[in-house]
Amino acid sequence: MASIILRDLRHSYEGADRADRNWALKQITLEWADGGAYALLGPSGCGKTTLLNLISGLLTPTEGRIVFDGRDVTNASPEERNIAQVFQFPVIYDTMTVYDNLAFPLRNRRVGEREVDERVREVATMLELDTMLKQRASGLTADGKQKISLGRGLVRSDVNVIMFDEPLTVIDPHLKWVLRSKLKELQQRIRRTMIYVTHDQTEALTFADQVVVMKDGEIVQIGTPVELFERPSHTFVGHFIGSPGMNLLPCQVRDGRAIFAGEMIETANGASYRGEGRGLELGVRPESVSFAPEGIPVDVVKVLDAGSYRIVEARRAGHTIKMLVSEDDRIPEGPAHVRFAPDRTRVYENGWLVR
Amino acid sequence: MSFELRNVTKRVGADLHIYETNLVLEAGSFNTLLGPTLAGKTTLMQLMAGLDRPTTGEIWFRGKNVTGIPVQKRNVSMVYQQFINYPNFTVYENIASPLRVAGLAARDIEARVFKAAELLRLMPMLKRRPNELSGGQQQRTAIARALVKDSDIILLDEPLANLDYKLREELRDELPRFFADRDCIVVYATTEPTEALLFSGNTATLHAGRVTQFGPTAEIYRRPADLVSARVFSDPPINTAAIRKRGTDILIGDGITLPAGTSARALPDGAYTIGIRPHHITPQPRKSSAAMIEGTVLIAELSGSESTLHVDLSGQTWVSQSHGIHPFKVGSRARLYVDMDHTLFFDAEHRLVEGRA
Repeated sequence: MASIILRDLRHSYEGADRADRNWALKQITLEWADGGAYALLGPSGCGKTTLLNLISGLLTPTEGRIVFDGRDVTNASPEERNIAQVFQFPVIYDTMTVYDNLAFPLRNRRVGEREVDERVREVATMLELDTMLKQRASGLTADGKQKISLGRGLVRSDVNVIMFDEPLTVIDPHLKWVLRSKLKELQQRIRRTMIYVTHDQTEALTFADQVVVMKDGEIVQIGTPVELFERPSHTFVGHFIGSPGMNLLPCQVRDGRAIFAGEMIETANGASYRGEGRGLELGVRPESVSFAPEGIPVDVVKVLDAGSYRIVEARRAGHTIKMLVSEDDRIPEGPAHVRFAPDRTRVYENGWLVR
Repeated sequence: MSFELRNVTKRVGADLHIYETNLVLEAGSFNTLLGPTLAGKTTLMQLMAGLDRPTTGEIWFRGKNVTGIPVQKRNVSMVYQQFINYPNFTVYENIASPLRVAGLAARDIEARVFKAAELLRLMPMLKRRPNELSGGQQQRTAIARALVKDSDIILLDEPLANLDYKLREELRDELPRFFADRDCIVVYATTEPTEALLFSGNTATLHAGRVTQFGPTAEIYRRPADLVSARVFSDPPINTAAIRKRGTDILIGDGITLPAGTSARALPDGAYTIGIRPHHITPQPRKSSAAMIEGTVLIAELSGSESTLHVDLSGQTWVSQSHGIHPFKVGSRARLYVDMDHTLFFDAEHRLVEGRA
């Protein structure tokens, strides 16, 4: 296993002769420790797959260096980098048995049959494939096939890093829970460097110790799941993480106090603001808005029942404020008052958190 | 104005793919078919569309038997999980194509294409061809094409499954709005319970070729008719356990006794299966009536805003899900609180006899 350093990485799919070319990746610098669980999270087109392909060696970066365990691998071939990869759709040999599929990456590297057997059985047990080792892969469901793909990614003990590219997309929600938990459990047990690429916040946040949030070819925030949720450093992170995402409301700041739609709002960071007052927004998560006897006057316009909670849409001066209300709590009809939790309400300037 | 399946079955070779199904879908209604992969959602939709004929039974629309009428002669639109577009057409032409076939005036076509394109955030891409679009944009084009014509029935087969999480969230929010002022019947297939809940409307739970229950979504969710429907409509999976009820006590396995919830006390003593949703088991008591259980933590997941725990309780795994961050170490003992007032009770045939979850 290896630590990974990406230094000033930039990539463009267009020719080097164009001065104004588009950068699929604008500037990426980060360090990942050996044995950590990491996720690359962002919408499609954010550059996360490009980054993954640069790390695996399927692409060579236009600029910058990639270092594995102190060794520069920027120009090394995928084979030399010694990486295991699991893709969105199962990559398996239909005519082979489950056992032979799992054994393939090992036999391919001339690992002795005794060790092959040991590794295959260990991985098969972890993924609950041990009862079907003799079956042909062709007869398996999509879920079963994807489990084999995961197994093939996990079976080698000598790889530098295991990379997962949207590995659970084709899996049924019920089984997703199981596989996601399994993967996390495995990572904690075997402590290999794993990189998980996804647009699904739940998958990224439950899997990774540290999540890299990307947008338009750039990193907007690197943090633990809790940090990303509780203290987004950019409104994009606030919006992208959480469901529904963070409320973003235009505001002004005077003498360290935020004002939204004529109402004075207490915030966690407004006091440190010293700027011109342009491009200011208040960010507050639906989880941190509650009904109160007094506060911001609103009209409740919509209530969606999500089972354990309800998503309430309230309007104030033409702005929508979303809030989450537990299934046991009462929702007033029509005019009401809401309150933003002061320690969870922050001021953002041109998208970035005011510090 | 309704659309009806009357005693419809579908047999393929020796296998019954759809068991006898009766459904009445009203004009202007939004109906979700909820079930895991291979539950029969797509087969049922193909029967509804007229792409396939039922083996037995009849399909009625607006008081007419339309059973043998093929899809071309019905005013139906369908969107598949795998998007289909005309590769040589621009996005605009793709969306407009059903309207041109129908012979609409150019001005009407433009107005409708723009409305659908706006909803699906395709306005900046109208001049592009499908191969210049991302997968998500191609799927949105396919959805727009289905929405643009005034179909009587719109069938959407997991149309958002291949889209980005956030985009899915936004479209889920807006799709029902698009149909709000129409009297068409929408049928939407999904594997995700949350999606069904947020669409509200009606839900049919499907399992292994059977429609196990059909009705207003919130009602199906809170009072599933049987254990199968409860399982289909729960994510993460609902906790179940075989229990004995004795007086006001609920005995699970040997050694665990929980107090029955208020309304369950009147149930006759005996054996039942109970169902408790993961969010009714929490690290902190939500109510004073909550009962405490203690088990060993198997899995602890933190998602930034929610905590999910898998706990071993005398050999059974129970799942707890709660808002907020509640860190537990794997292998440690955890105290959790069960909201007994939200317990479902099923009899020996797994039919619901008591409870709201």
